[in-house]
Formats: sequence, C-alpha cells, structure tokens
Amino acid sequence: MEKRVTFRGWLLPLALIAPQVIISAVFFFYPAGQAVWQSLFIPDPFGLSSQFVGLGNFEFLLSDKYYRASFVTTAVFSTLVTLCSMIPALFLAVIADRLIKGSGVYRTLLIWPYAVAPAVAGVLWLFMFNTRVGVVAWYLSQLGYDWNHVLNDTEAMGLVVVASAWGRISYNFLFFFAALQSVPRSVIEAAAIDGAHFWRRFFTIVLPLLSPTAFFLLVVNVVYAFFETFGVIHTITGGGPQQATTILVYKVFSDGFVGQDLGSSSAQSVILLIVVGLLTVIQFKYVEKRVHY
Amino acid sequence: MKKNFLGALAVTTALSPVAAMAQTEVQFWHAFTGRLGELVKAQVEEFNASQDEFVVVESHKGNYSETLNAGIAAFRAGEQPQILMVFEVGTATMMSAEGAIRPVYEVMAESGASFDPDAYIGAVKGYYTTTDGDMLSLPFNSSTPVLWVNRDAFEAAGVDPDTDLSTWEKVGDVLEQLKAGGEECPLVTAWQSWIHLENMSAYHDVPFASQDNGFAGLDTELMLNGPAQVAHLTAMGDWAKDGKFIYTGRRNEGGANFRSGECALFTESSAGYAGIKAEAEFDFDVRPLPYWEAVTSEPQNTIIGGASLWVMEGHDPEEYKGVGEFLSFLSSSDVQSAWHQNTGYLPITAEAGDATRAAGFYDENPGTDIAVIQMTAKEPTANSKGLRLGSFDQIRGIIDEELEAVWAGEKTAQEAMDSAKERGDALLRRFESANQ
Repeated sequence: MEKRVTFRGWLLPLALIAPQVIISAVFFFYPAGQAVWQSLFIPDPFGLSSQFVGLGNFEFLLSDKYYRASFVTTAVFSTLVTLCSMIPALFLAVIADRLIKGSGVYRTLLIWPYAVAPAVAGVLWLFMFNTRVGVVAWYLSQLGYDWNHVLNDTEAMGLVVVASAWGRISYNFLFFFAALQSVPRSVIEAAAIDGAHFWRRFFTIVLPLLSPTAFFLLVVNVVYAFFETFGVIHTITGGGPQQATTILVYKVFSDGFVGQDLGSSSAQSVILLIVVGLLTVIQFKYVEKRVHY
Repeated sequence: MKKNFLGALAVTTALSPVAAMAQTEVQFWHAFTGRLGELVKAQVEEFNASQDEFVVVESHKGNYSETLNAGIAAFRAGEQPQILMVFEVGTATMMSAEGAIRPVYEVMAESGASFDPDAYIGAVKGYYTTTDGDMLSLPFNSSTPVLWVNRDAFEAAGVDPDTDLSTWEKVGDVLEQLKAGGEECPLVTAWQSWIHLENMSAYHDVPFASQDNGFAGLDTELMLNGPAQVAHLTAMGDWAKDGKFIYTGRRNEGGANFRSGECALFTESSAGYAGIKAEAEFDFDVRPLPYWEAVTSEPQNTIIGGASLWVMEGHDPEEYKGVGEFLSFLSSSDVQSAWHQNTGYLPITAEAGDATRAAGFYDENPGTDIAVIQMTAKEPTANSKGLRLGSFDQIRGIIDEELEAVWAGEKTAQEAMDSAKERGDALLRRFESANQ
C-alpha cells in the first residue's frame, strides 16, 4: 500500500502550487498562446494592420526548401553538440574520479567555462579561429592548412559546435562526477576481485548505473542545443556561410527581428515547439526504457 | 520611508535646472557609438545651447537593426520617440507604416522652421523622397562606395601606385600584377551586396528591381540576375578563385585587413575615411568606384548607404515644432560641413559641400571629394535614384548567402543570382500582401 500525504481542504494546496502555475501561465502559456495566434496572420511590423491567412504562414515555410534544410542543419548541429559535450565530460569525470589527491583543483578548473556566457564564448572562439588574426588559424596555416570558416561550411559548423559544447562540458562534468561518487564502492571492488580490469568495470557496472544521469543530460543538452546556442551562432557565423549554420531558432530570430516578419517568425516558433515536444516524448518513451534507476 | 522618498524627491527637483521645467523635450534615438556617437552628442548639445525653448535628448539604442526594432517595439507600446534613426534598408518598411510616421515635409511645414527641399543634394534626397517629390525622412548620414588604395602595397609588389584604376578591366590587370608581385591580398571588400550589386547596378544604369527599383510600387521584382551584374560577379568569382579577391565576411570585416596594411585594394564606403585615416600606417589614396567599360562608356552615379531621421506619429504639436527646429539645425551649412569633414559622410546640402571646398578641406585632404563628385556628377535616373524594397534586410541576407556560394565556387554567378531573385521575390510578395 502506497503511503500518501493528503491535505484537508483545497486552499492550502492551491496556494502552494499557485506561484508555479502563475509563473508558467505568464511566462510560458500566455506568450506561447500569442505565438500560436499570431502565426495565423501576416501583420505589418508596427501592428497597425494584420491580415488573416489561416495556415498560410506554415504553407509558406514548409514549401521553402531553405527552411526544410534548416531542419537537417539543426539535427546535425544538436547531435554533434550533445555528443561533443557529453562524451568528453564523462571521460573527464571518470579521470577526475580516479584521482585520490587534488581532484578538488581539477574539479574547480573544469567548472570554470560554464561561467562564460554563450555569446562571450562565441567571441573567444572566433578570436582564436579568426582567418586573419586568430592564433589557431595561424598555427594551422603554418602546418599548411588554410582555415577559412567564413566560406567553408564544414569548418563553420565545426567551429560553432565546439564553441557551443565547450562551456557545456563543465555542466555535464558536474553531473557525471556527482553520479560517479554515488556508485557503490563495494560493487566495484567485488568486480575487481573477480579480475575485471578498469574499462570492463566501467562498461558493465559504472555506465549502467550512470544511465539516469546520462538520460537527464541528454534531454537537457538537446534542449540547450536547440535554444541556447543562439548567442554562439550570432557572434561567430551569423548563420553563414550560405545557410550552413542557420538552425531553426536562429531563423526565428532573423525573420522576426531582422526581417520584421512576425507572422512567419511566430509560425516557426510553433513548429519549433512541436518539434521539441515530439523529441521529448520520444526520449521518454524509448530511451527511458533503457534507463535503470 | 515615505518621508524619505518625499525628501529625496524634493532634493532632486531642487537640483535640476529650473529652466528645464518649461522646455519641451524631444527624444532622438540613434545607432551611433564611439567617435560618431560623440559627434552626434556634440550636435545635440550645440542645438540645446543655441535656444531655450526645446531640449533634445539623444539616446543610443544599439546597431541599425536594433534601433529600428526598439522604435517599432516602442510604437507598439505607445512610447515612441519623436525622432528615430532608420538605416536606408528600412526605408520601405517605414514608408509603408502610414499612421506610425509623420512625413518630414509635413512636420517642416507645420512647425514653420526654415526648410528648402531643393537645398538637398538630389542623389541623397531622392532615396527618401516620394515619386511626387515629397521628402519623407531627413537624410542624416549618407555615404557611397569608393575604391581605397594602399600605395605602399602597390610599390612593394612593383606596381605603379598612380596607375589608372578607373575601370574594372584595368583593375583586373592590376590584380594580376599585384598577385605576380607577391601580394597575398590584392582586393578585399566591405558590404558586398551594397557595393557589388546595388551600387554596381545604379552605376551602370541597369535596374536592380522592377518598378523603378521599387519606387513606383510594391509589386516589384528583383532584376539582379541581369547580364551586367552576372558578368561582374563572374569576374569577382574568378578573382576569388585565383586568390586575387579575398572574402572576409558579410559586413565590413575587410576594413581590419585593409587598415592593417595587409590588402592593396579595398572597396568600402566613403565613411571608412575616419577609421582609415586614424589607423593606416601606410600611404593611401581614394579613387572613384571602377566601372565596366564593356557595359558603359561613362558611369551613372552611385547610390547612398547610411541612415535618415524619421519623425514618429502620436506627439503634441509643440513637440513637432521642436523636431522641425532641430532638423532645420541639422541641415544648416555649418553643422553639415563639420559632419562631412569629420566623418567622410556626404554633405546633405550642396551648400555644405561648397563651404567645405571654399575652406580648402579638399585640397588639404585629397580624395575626400571623390564621393561627392561620384554622387553628383550626373542627374540620377530611375535606376540610380536608390532602392525601395520591403524586407530588404532579409533580402540582403539572401544575397550574401548566394554570393558566398559564388566565392566558394559552388555556384556560377548566374545560378546564384537566379536563386537570389527567386528567394527575394517570395519575400517581396509577402511584404506586398502585409502592406496592402
């Protein structure tokens, strides 16, 4: 029999959930509702008139092959950012966990990049890879490689992925490191006595026990790659060259705030909302089944 | 608590100058920082000191796009300034916003401030004037593209720095010689769409868009895939492939390369003057923008870039009177000549240009009058009056993308421009239906 804490009356429970509900309503449901409503119109920028077009904005978007290409770009970008931020973080956490002395120092140093805002991180990386004055670009040219992310789309994508993943490694590291500490020593020691070497113990015992953390980080990192990498892309490539780094959320910005096309921009927000909703459902339905709590 | 608040209020009120209470305030939102920001501030201070009826309050609202956005958002919230700076690309957006803007010719007529539309330089005024000749916004900072030459780099590569660079055919030969002489960055550009398509079209008197480049109606279509434009971009693409033209980015990134002495030739706005003069540690000079002899024997005029001042709707008549006085002050010959000489922007009135010449500025700073001559040598035609296209900021983005495909050798100039036309036209149709 499950034990349940119950309240007598309605007032207290309502009062307790009210702040959360109000915040969600004001900062999420109201703007999201507005976006859905606006996506049915083509308004002029000043809000003086607007024309009802039904699903016309969606039709316009989905018939645009550059918008469809942006889905692929987003998929590639968010997969790469997620992988590039989780795998090194896990590796670093495992290494730091093995240290007996001085792990505190490494831990502190590894957390630092998280304090750097995405836009600032973008500028830092851009400065290192600047085709003319960048330190890294200069070394590459000494090695005979002509770095030019301004025209080469693979290099541009690589650069924004690295710049986006860099600060994120710290965040993932923190979670992995904490999770590693909670893996019971006795299980690992038993395996060691049975003769399992380090990496075997890691793959058969530690990794499955880390799966809830890894799953949480997967969801969070995908959402990060979708929405919060805007600053990095804006400062490094502005979506170029051509449209190589124009992810969905960047297009929402450029159509809405550069192009003043609020109808199309709202329709894109709605599509983005649906995509992220679907992704999260898929993650919970299929990936979560493989997670052991 | 309340007592403290009232006390504080009393103190601040007592400290503020009494005269300010009686003055009418005029808000002026602009996009200038650094040296330009200081110069704008000085203009405003001079105006405020010159009379005691009005006080202009200037505030910086970010870059051009951000300033326009701030103005639009403020209008939606009913908090709009009296004067808003809008870059030339936003002109069609502002023009279509009937009910949000008050045309400058009306403001000037109502305020009774001195205003003579004929005093303004035709090629500058034309951009912001209706086809009926009514001035909608006041030209503020206008520049036009010219060719900057690093004379030291020419000499290092063994090319005569005084060689004729008037046509692209000759520039092509010079690029070959520079490359052969060991120059790694023969040519670099800023604002590629503005210089190599928009101005290129006007300069050769070919249309950039139908309906007189959008002046005659919203049902306009891009015509930038014509033979003249394609020939130019094909040549540029070939130069990019041979390492004679170095692409650095969509905005004015190339300025850093030129100012550091790395590049020999640079196509950039005449307003690049202040920066180049301050930073360049080499001998430089200014030449008119080259033209293709194969297309025209004599170039038309180039068009402007920059921003104009729009007056927003929804304020008191007294405030509009202040706006009128301030705009009239900005157009005065003294203010304009100082602005022109300090920044490299064009003088907006012919009188200011003449005053600058009479003061001997052009003799002391050779080449600073090239932009003025290039703009005013010929009476503008329907193709060289300017551009008035909706969603133009986005269309420029599309053009940038397509040009990058040409520089990377992934598309021919014809393919890229056909695609730019198709994509740009879709946006023009959307703008048309939003503003019917």
